Amino acid sequence: MTARIERPLSPHIQTYRWTLTMIMSIVHRATGIVLYVGTLLLVWWLVAAASGPTAYANVQAFTSSFIGRVIVFGYTWALMHHLLSGVRHFVWDLGYGFKANERETLTWGALIGGISLTVLLWIIAYAIGGGR
Amino acid sequence: MSYTESHGAPRASTSMRTPLGRVRNLGAAHSGTSDFWRQRLTGVAMTLLMIPGIVVVMMVLGRNQAGAAQVLGSPWVALILLLFIVASTWHMKIGMQVVLEDYVHNEKLKLAAIMANNFFSFAVALASIYAIFKLSSGV
Repeated sequence: MTARIERPLSPHIQTYRWTLTMIMSIVHRATGIVLYVGTLLLVWWLVAAASGPTAYANVQAFTSSFIGRVIVFGYTWALMHHLLSGVRHFVWDLGYGFKANERETLTWGALIGGISLTVLLWIIAYAIGGGR
Repeated sequence: MSYTESHGAPRASTSMRTPLGRVRNLGAAHSGTSDFWRQRLTGVAMTLLMIPGIVVVMMVLGRNQAGAAQVLGSPWVALILLLFIVASTWHMKIGMQVVLEDYVHNEKLKLAAIMANNFFSFAVALASIYAIFKLSSGV
């Protein structure tokens, strides 16, 4: 049996100094995974609406509960963040925004923009009576 | 004409296309960049659909089932939702596959995970599409 040779490994995240762009890269992927799972909510909502009053009332009971509100709020943020972070990737795909200050601006923009849009959407939702 | 071929006799069907021209958009297997491209395509589609999509959700908020079904089943709303569902399920299928390929190193487990990812994404897509068709037909 051949002995396993301990070869040097390439450095992983714990070796590097954390930067904002690096954290946001991870957050982009994490929000993507959250949205993937969150589509179950979307399916539940649509299928319940197609099923009838009782099924739909169950969805509404969940979304108006505290836990439900927290989850839907989190889902809204994940969506808004992933959207703006994705737009940032489109900018990079087109070959712009690679200078140090530019990529910092884009990244901060996606971070602050995602939070702002989430809060704005929820203010609008409550204003038009969706919070009942 | 490849580098090695250039050492032999001239071939009857010599392409005038440069190597870069041949691989551009296609890659060696003629499909290497399709997931990359579709991820961008569906991403741009969802970016464009985001405002109409938010308007639809806002329209449904606070309504009971009858009211929600009326909104969700109307033609323009149904179309916006259908476009969004196709784009988002495709996008998430590609995205999750990239994640699985990055982190699942056991070959068989990876195959199973990628298969499950396909099943989940298709199930989400079809369940949503079915619900919208049912709402649209008013059955």
